[in-house]
Amino acid sequence: MAEITVRNLLHTYSVGTPFEKTAIRDIDLKIGQGENIFLLGHTGSGKSTFVQHLNALLQPTAGEVLVDGEDINRSKISRRDIKHRIGLVFQYPEYQLFEETVQADIAFGPRNMKLPETEVQERVLEAAGFTGIGEELLSRSPLELSGGQKRRIAIAGVIAMHPEVLILDEPTAGLDPSGSRQIMENIRSYREKTGATIIVVSHDMDSAAEYGDRLIVFERGSVSMDGSPEEVFSHPRELTSIGLNVPKAAALASALRDSGLRLNGPIYTHEQLLSAIRCAGGEPAC
Amino acid sequence: MLKDVTLGQYFPGDTVVHRLDPRTKLILVVLYIIALFNTRGWVSNGLILVLTLVCMRVANIRLKNIFKGLKPMLFIIVLTALLNLFYTRGTPIREGWIITWEGMDRAVKMILRITLLITGTFLLTYTTSPMALTDGLEHLLNPLKKLKVPVHALTLMMSMALRFIPTLIEETDKIMSAQRARGADFETGNLIQRAKALLPILVPLFVSAFRRADELAVAMESRCYHGGEGRTRMNELHYTGIDYIALLLGAALTAGIIVMKHFGV
Repeated sequence: MAEITVRNLLHTYSVGTPFEKTAIRDIDLKIGQGENIFLLGHTGSGKSTFVQHLNALLQPTAGEVLVDGEDINRSKISRRDIKHRIGLVFQYPEYQLFEETVQADIAFGPRNMKLPETEVQERVLEAAGFTGIGEELLSRSPLELSGGQKRRIAIAGVIAMHPEVLILDEPTAGLDPSGSRQIMENIRSYREKTGATIIVVSHDMDSAAEYGDRLIVFERGSVSMDGSPEEVFSHPRELTSIGLNVPKAAALASALRDSGLRLNGPIYTHEQLLSAIRCAGGEPAC
Repeated sequence: MLKDVTLGQYFPGDTVVHRLDPRTKLILVVLYIIALFNTRGWVSNGLILVLTLVCMRVANIRLKNIFKGLKPMLFIIVLTALLNLFYTRGTPIREGWIITWEGMDRAVKMILRITLLITGTFLLTYTTSPMALTDGLEHLLNPLKKLKVPVHALTLMMSMALRFIPTLIEETDKIMSAQRARGADFETGNLIQRAKALLPILVPLFVSAFRRADELAVAMESRCYHGGEGRTRMNELHYTGIDYIALLLGAALTAGIIVMKHFGV
């Protein structure tokens, strides 16, 4: 079980040089076990800096990060061990692949955890299963595969460590729609089967609406909104003002309402929009 | 972490030193080095030390940044000082000691000389953007074109190398973080284990360096780059009044130091 508490977090890059820049400040958050979170925000709003604090890759300039009540930066050992519990998949993770075979690359994490070899192999197969990597790919070189496949291999490399919290920084950036959907489904199935906490960093409102249960919006280094998709998407004007938008379904629904169609309930996913339109059309199922 | 490497880094600013023509600064650094290697006594050493500190003050560069850059050279500085300290003959500091007064004198001067040498070149790279630096270099090397030396290609390579140092450092940082997130350990273990731990960084780094080189070549070709023949530049270099003054002062100083050498001060 991993409950994350962030208190008064502040991080400044390049302290003491002309390039000094405070990336995040005044962050107070509680993230419970099994939550399904989307971190949203404009480029440069501090999302990526924030998630790197959660597994002690970056140390706070001020404030603290607690996991189950204990400061993760209390010692060198705690900083190393927290990485086994909180997995972070970086942006464009395919650029970190280095082994000769897909299998060896996925096994890199579990091997670093000093697990017995049989368990390593079990975990490789299991992680490959979660991310839809066929067994015929395991003996190939990761460098000769397609972008989407590489991305899934990199994600499998982190999943194989069985993190209690899985953080993904823009996991679908640069992928085509079907590749994106596949990855989001892979993440969902990992969550459903293991009960892990999922934190996805993104600025894609549509996938946030479809896959997220709690949305945290970052603006200029601080949290500006935190709530369910319904709550967050009920402030379309604020979202637009910080350079984000509402999901396409929500935008379409409000345009339809403006032109006189009466739609019931909150609408931000395609399914909600579809059923609301059906109801408005007088279908008996409502 | 790696971002703390300040070697060859440019600190933007708007001081007199920043505004000097890069050619002036390159010539001044050469004069500075000549002067430095012709110092003999404490007067000339002190003169250069004061001058360097004044230039740093004017260029608005903090001592801290210089020390950061000196750190990688610490070993060489200490080693040179120790060798001079123990292997110089003369009057011992105390009866029976190996350390002599002459050795002390030379060790301190050696430390000063190496430190000033590095500081002087830092002043150049801290206050001159890589672009300006290679522009200036190309201008100064222009006469070599008559000897069929490919000056343009060489300076282009240099500016690209300089341009990509920060990019590659950032990339290395990113890959290191990613591998560390997968439990990689770069800090513990014996020499062989540590060397092996570098593999997960080096392979992706090489792959991406080649990819970048390839992309850059395509981007340059698609913008019709075909060598330096007939290329003009957006910002022409022009000497101004302060450039002439700085060059005169630099030449005077070097000449002065060489004269002082003959008087042994």
